[in-house]
Amino acid sequence: MTVFYAFCAAAIMACAVHMVLSRNLMRSLLGLALLSTGVNLALFTAGGFSSDQPPIIAAGAKALGVSADPLAQALILTAIVIGFALTVVLAAIVMRAWRATRSVDARDIDALDQPEPAAAEAEPPHG
Amino acid sequence: MADAVLLIIPVLAPLLAAAGAILLRRRPRASEALTLGAFVLTLLFSVALLIRASGGGPLAVTVFGGWPVGIGVSFTARMPGVALVVVTSLIALAVAIYSHAAIGGRRRFAGHDALILAMVGAVNGAFLTGDLFNLYVWFELALLSALGLISIDRRQMQIGAAMRYATFGIVGASAILAGIGILYGITGTLDLSVLAARLAPSAPSVATAAAAALLLGGFALKSGLVPVHVYLPSSYGPAPISVTAIFAGLLTKMGFYALLLVFAGLFAIGSGGMGAAQLKPLFGWIAGATMLLCSLAALAQNDMRRLLAYHVIAQVGYMMAALAVGTRAGVEAAVFYMIHSMIVQTNLFLGAGAIQRATGSWQLSTTGGVLRANPWFGVVFAVPILSLAGIPPLSGFWAKLLVFRAAIDAGDFVLLGAGVIAAILTIFSAALFWSAACWKELPNRPAKRLPPSMLVGMGVLSAATVAIGLAPGMVHAAAQLSAGALANMGLLG
Repeated sequence: MTVFYAFCAAAIMACAVHMVLSRNLMRSLLGLALLSTGVNLALFTAGGFSSDQPPIIAAGAKALGVSADPLAQALILTAIVIGFALTVVLAAIVMRAWRATRSVDARDIDALDQPEPAAAEAEPPHG
Repeated sequence: MADAVLLIIPVLAPLLAAAGAILLRRRPRASEALTLGAFVLTLLFSVALLIRASGGGPLAVTVFGGWPVGIGVSFTARMPGVALVVVTSLIALAVAIYSHAAIGGRRRFAGHDALILAMVGAVNGAFLTGDLFNLYVWFELALLSALGLISIDRRQMQIGAAMRYATFGIVGASAILAGIGILYGITGTLDLSVLAARLAPSAPSVATAAAAALLLGGFALKSGLVPVHVYLPSSYGPAPISVTAIFAGLLTKMGFYALLLVFAGLFAIGSGGMGAAQLKPLFGWIAGATMLLCSLAALAQNDMRRLLAYHVIAQVGYMMAALAVGTRAGVEAAVFYMIHSMIVQTNLFLGAGAIQRATGSWQLSTTGGVLRANPWFGVVFAVPILSLAGIPPLSGFWAKLLVFRAAIDAGDFVLLGAGVIAAILTIFSAALFWSAACWKELPNRPAKRLPPSMLVGMGVLSAATVAIGLAPGMVHAAAQLSAGALANMGLLG
């Protein structure tokens, strides 16, 4: 079971790396989202598959019996939220790039990496 | 309880002030006052925390929500972290003073103050966290606020820089998270002290090697080490210069702090812990390549921001060299170098911003004559540039001396040679920078006068550099405490 999940995580991450390396910004955005999904699956696998019992302490018992590891799942929930926030911010940046250049090709964005005109640089204090 | 408050304020004050700054964004002056106030408060509390932590006594551990240690959000006053929080707060305050002239109402309306506050809160959180997963969360918060700051003017060039920074940053963060997941799978804990105690007696395995490789890759990317440094100069440049300055001071050092925590703490490279024999040569190659390539690359730059960004990376190379020596003295040197470098790198970028303000250009070929119009600028800028070059008695001299001595004591002469060559290249580059910006005459027009807040902000950091240079014993004592705390991480808490 663990090996199967590990290979799934590896396959997802391989697809993600392929997409991140693409010149199309939309693809690399999706690739980054996919990458965090793959990592989450790896994290889930690290929690172990000892049992499918929910981590609820039985009535009268003092300690948790054999059950799924709740901490790993709590970590994944946090990681999902963070990944979502990053994806949204990145989508906003890509959209800005599209509006500025009508292109989502990384080469067009890079073409802007030129010395800027001095006029755009100066900003009066409290202007 | 008092300890708990002391421990949380350096993280909580900037984060709460960030929320306030969002509400005040239509009133730039109030927002600026709030930012300054929050940083003063943070600095006071972090100094109090440093006094408390170095005065012995039990290690302060605070856990939110009534969870047992290892599950809740925990903060720990561990030595290098506490000292770095003081430095971070000082830098934040100096940059906030400088920003009075550098950041106008439009950028404050765009959320500059809230983002800077959130980033300082995240950096302080990373320095004070007692838990590996929370370290990752603080890195992500810093990444998000950095993205906002890079693209704050929404200029096209900034969009490209933000895209590049985001791609590299997220890939690095994913590697870190995967590494953390594997460590959790091996040890069943994320608390740094427990993790160190459980890792130390176990033998190296494929799993620990995979975790170490992922964490090394992720944190090396965050620190800008060769060969994953390529994004750094082009994504730091387009941000407003005071923001670039705070990035240079905090973000790469945050990555290196995590490297220290993982490799000097968890894997105990300083005391021949797990995998030290395999890690040391690898670290040596990374450090040597970083120092040499980036100080060479700095020589070829004409844009001040790119030149200084390469120096930022080269300086991280020195810290990595100290870690690669792999002795207790090496870890001490790395901590000393980090404290010195945070202050000096920030100050250099602030100086570059002042030069641009006075001459209207970022290119060294078209700057000059700043000293004639601003004699005081010479005083506050000479300190960081001489310290970068490693001229005694400034902080950079002691930092390099400690690294070289650690390398000599360990018999690592290849690393020593790389460090000395890089140091000579750095002196050369610093001299070129100074003469192009300050001594050369500006053709056709005189340089403008600088606003006093810029000089005051730089003066605060220059004074700190001089103080470290004149009394290196204090910082060295802190570095010794840090090396001890990192080596004994498994025994505490």
